[in-house]
Amino acid sequence: MDEGLKSELRKQGIFLTSFEDLYNWGRKNSIWPLGFGLACCAIEMIATSMARWDLARFGAEVFRPSPRQADLMIVAGTVTKKMAPQVVRLYNQMPEPKYVIAMGACAISGGPFKQGYNVLKGIDRYIPVDVHIPGCPPRPEALLHAFMTLQRKIDEQALTGPDRPAHLVAQAPSEFPVPQYGEHDLEPPNNPKVWRPPVPVTS
Amino acid sequence: MQLDYSPYLLIVILLVGAVGFALAPLALAWLWAKRFSPPKPGQDKNAIYECGLESKGDAWINFRAEYYLYAIIFLIFDVETIFLLPFAVAFNGLSAGAFVAMTVFLLLLVEGLAWAWGKGVLVWR
Repeated sequence: MDEGLKSELRKQGIFLTSFEDLYNWGRKNSIWPLGFGLACCAIEMIATSMARWDLARFGAEVFRPSPRQADLMIVAGTVTKKMAPQVVRLYNQMPEPKYVIAMGACAISGGPFKQGYNVLKGIDRYIPVDVHIPGCPPRPEALLHAFMTLQRKIDEQALTGPDRPAHLVAQAPSEFPVPQYGEHDLEPPNNPKVWRPPVPVTS
Repeated sequence: MQLDYSPYLLIVILLVGAVGFALAPLALAWLWAKRFSPPKPGQDKNAIYECGLESKGDAWINFRAEYYLYAIIFLIFDVETIFLLPFAVAFNGLSAGAFVAMTVFLLLLVEGLAWAWGKGVLVWR
């Protein structure tokens, strides 16, 4: 409905909302992350959840030990090729709607270990990532900023219509293929439906 | 104004309220899922254990139960200690009969230990 009319009515003490707004307001203020740390970024993630940075202000302090109760996966740290299948499998086991924050240089690109034979060059090769945070490791403020970005993203999601997010579309997949730990590399090395290799610029 | 006051009516009202309080969110969630949010079951999501690793092998296997003998012997001597403590505290005032009874009790347990020892229970394999 019209924002101006809504604002006018609010001045008269009449509060109006829509299902969509109510739904998104509830969802964005109760993001439950999966208690899941991979490397040193996890320490920053833990610090964010404690008293000084106080993730509870965003309704997201309830780190769930089970993927079946979690809405958000914070990929906090280096994803080794040995670990990548487990990360994808945990993501598959989360109920929808589910979101992913790739925290730190390693999770978004391999970071300082990019040249390593055993390091995955970014978790977005296998699962769709909603928010990327650079940094090595990112400070808790950066993670809080990522939370706020995710909240804005959730707030803008439509409930109906062709632009509605994937979790409301029956045909959209909720599970992504789990890569196998192969002899030389993960098989397949990426999921082309989620990630495409960057095309080198030739000019 | 005099109303017919029935104490059971109050309980019924509270009961209906309590059941409704519990069922209404579930019903709303069910309706919401029907209307907006399609179910998306999948192989990983429906797996029995929520874990990054696939469970392998059979859950119906035998565990080595050797430790239970240690547990039983420990339990016996634990109980013995409980009896020994008041025995020691009241030792000066005890009659000869009580002393003999306690000694018999102790000897029974020591005999049990000797039996377990002779059977080779105390050797960890």
